[in-house]
Amino acid sequence: MPIIGFPRTLFYYTYWPFWNTFFQGIGFQVLRSPATTKQILDCGIRETVSDACVPIKIYHGHVMALSSQIDYLFCPRLVSVDNLSTFCPKFLGLPEMIRYTIPNLPDIIEIDIDLKKGPLELWKICLGLAKSYGCSTAQAFKSFYSSMINQQAFFKLLHQGYRPEIAFDILFEKVPATVPKQEPRLNIAVLGYPYQVYDSFISCNLIHNLEKLGVKVWTMEMIPEQNLRAYQKHLPKRLFWHYSNRVIWSLYYYLKQNSMDGVIHITAFGCGPDAMVDKLMELEIKKLAKEKPFMSLTIDEHSGEAGLLTRLEAFVDMIAFRRRVS
Amino acid sequence: MKISFPRMGTSYIAFKHLIEHLGHECIVPPAPSSKTLNLGVKHSPEFACIPFKVLTGTYLEALELGADTLITSGGVGPCRAGLYGMLHQKILQNLGYDFQMLVFEPPLLYLTDFISKLRKILKPNKISWHRFYKELKTAWQKLMILDDVEILSHRIRPYELIKGSTTSAFNNCLSLINEADSPEEIARSKESCADILNSIPQDKTRQPLRVGIIGEIYVVLEPFMNLEIEKILGELGVSTHRSIYLTQWARNNTIINTEGGIRKAAYPYLTRMIGGHGINSLGETVLYAKNRFDGVVQVAPFTCIPEIVAKSILPRVSKDLGIPVLSLTIDEQTGKAGVQTRLEAFVDLLRQKRLMEGSIYAGVPGN
Repeated sequence: MPIIGFPRTLFYYTYWPFWNTFFQGIGFQVLRSPATTKQILDCGIRETVSDACVPIKIYHGHVMALSSQIDYLFCPRLVSVDNLSTFCPKFLGLPEMIRYTIPNLPDIIEIDIDLKKGPLELWKICLGLAKSYGCSTAQAFKSFYSSMINQQAFFKLLHQGYRPEIAFDILFEKVPATVPKQEPRLNIAVLGYPYQVYDSFISCNLIHNLEKLGVKVWTMEMIPEQNLRAYQKHLPKRLFWHYSNRVIWSLYYYLKQNSMDGVIHITAFGCGPDAMVDKLMELEIKKLAKEKPFMSLTIDEHSGEAGLLTRLEAFVDMIAFRRRVS
Repeated sequence: MKISFPRMGTSYIAFKHLIEHLGHECIVPPAPSSKTLNLGVKHSPEFACIPFKVLTGTYLEALELGADTLITSGGVGPCRAGLYGMLHQKILQNLGYDFQMLVFEPPLLYLTDFISKLRKILKPNKISWHRFYKELKTAWQKLMILDDVEILSHRIRPYELIKGSTTSAFNNCLSLINEADSPEEIARSKESCADILNSIPQDKTRQPLRVGIIGEIYVVLEPFMNLEIEKILGELGVSTHRSIYLTQWARNNTIINTEGGIRKAAYPYLTRMIGGHGINSLGETVLYAKNRFDGVVQVAPFTCIPEIVAKSILPRVSKDLGIPVLSLTIDEQTGKAGVQTRLEAFVDLLRQKRLMEGSIYAGVPGN
């Protein structure tokens, strides 16, 4: 069985169930890279242009960690998943960046995923893929169907409040779903792109650390689609990028929830879209909810857990203090 | 209305002409200076690119000079520049300024929006559409002449006998064009500019190196931001060429979206538009290599996404086609001396390369 590699970052946290199920269904063994480590990061930094953002460097590192064990590398050009926005230009140039910077790569499965072209686009892409590896239409459809089911189930688990990695285990390893028992002191919305929020190496265990401080963490993945979409007209001009739009919409959503005690924005050093998003968040919070505490955390390849922890503690203490005073 | 707009190279002369002929007061944005940049950096997001920061500073200066309307262009992405209008407006309003901002989106995509915004400018002075068209044509003519004169100056600079004579002649030309008012005067100013530039004492026996300049449009066009790279190179005896000019860019992008030649050239390396001038940077490098240029200099603002993608693919293009590429990343910390040193070193290498290749070819029979 040919082995197909899937780097464990970027859209992995959103679309892994679909592609994992699909490739298994058409007769591939799917191998994802290990969770991000220092070594993966260092490899990525060595090969990538210096001014790229840290998620892109990590992606390069993951590809290098995989490349000797796989027959094919799955590196699609993710252009759009709806007709509202595209992905960041770095996603659009990703296959080329990988191909021209990393030596000795296996075959790259480079497909354009541009779903704004039409409602059947995803099926067409999948059919094309399956055909090129010698699968019948029936098998392709069967696989496509179960992929869609799994992806929906995954989104449902996210809405119930499970983190992506736990949801993957529930879906694929059949780990029983457990409800975390915790009496949260505070509710904090942690907004940012999934590959920064959920990658515990690059976010320096942010979620875990917050939970240890007695905080219930809310992320943008927990908001059902229709609740998010309700806010799409709030800005005079829609942003161009998929994840950035969702961050802004979820900000509006959480600002409406009175139980929310504060907002943390996680952004990567040098992230292009976030330069806009972060300032917009700051200005919108100032306009809509003046007293809501907001902190923006910038992560990069030099982030240390101690520094981050200090800032989180200060933020949480401040909110707790305010609550006591009022 | 007191109208101001972003300053981009020499184009302000044409915009000023247009605004004044539409019966408004034009607040010419002051040339960007370190004061502009400091103001901009203070109020802009940290990771916005330098064009954003300079624009914030420029708007602030223009508003202080009394402007009440700011005109700028929009865009459809995925480059961030398309959102700058919105964010600038929010930032400036947050600082307590009272003004209106007119962001012009590409007319073919948002026609009604475009017309309604245009009406806001034309209505107060009861300008007819016909008159507007005529004024627009004259301003466009001015813009073309500005670009033509600039191209000529870059062609002449490497041959100049007295260093700096081209630059001062060019500045004379600018004030000449600025004063020209009617279409006939503008046409005449072009001829006198050509005379002024051509009369600069030159040494035509020189064989200057040829270097192409690629990168993000605003940094390429505005000498303050690229630290006068064309002047530095020209005075090092290098003939520079760039394919980005405002008239060319406008012709290609706002009316019909075709940049077939450049995009086709980039095709082996990048198959998709990634916003901004990312794909142009790659395509132009290929074209410069094919036209046997000696080297290419890429100027890009720090955190510019399309240029980062281009930059990571450029080494391969450079290796495949044997064309040296120097990438300069520019932000508010960039110092002129550092850029100058790097350019001098680059030019020395190019000269060496040409010398080596010359001697190799000299050994081949028939050369």
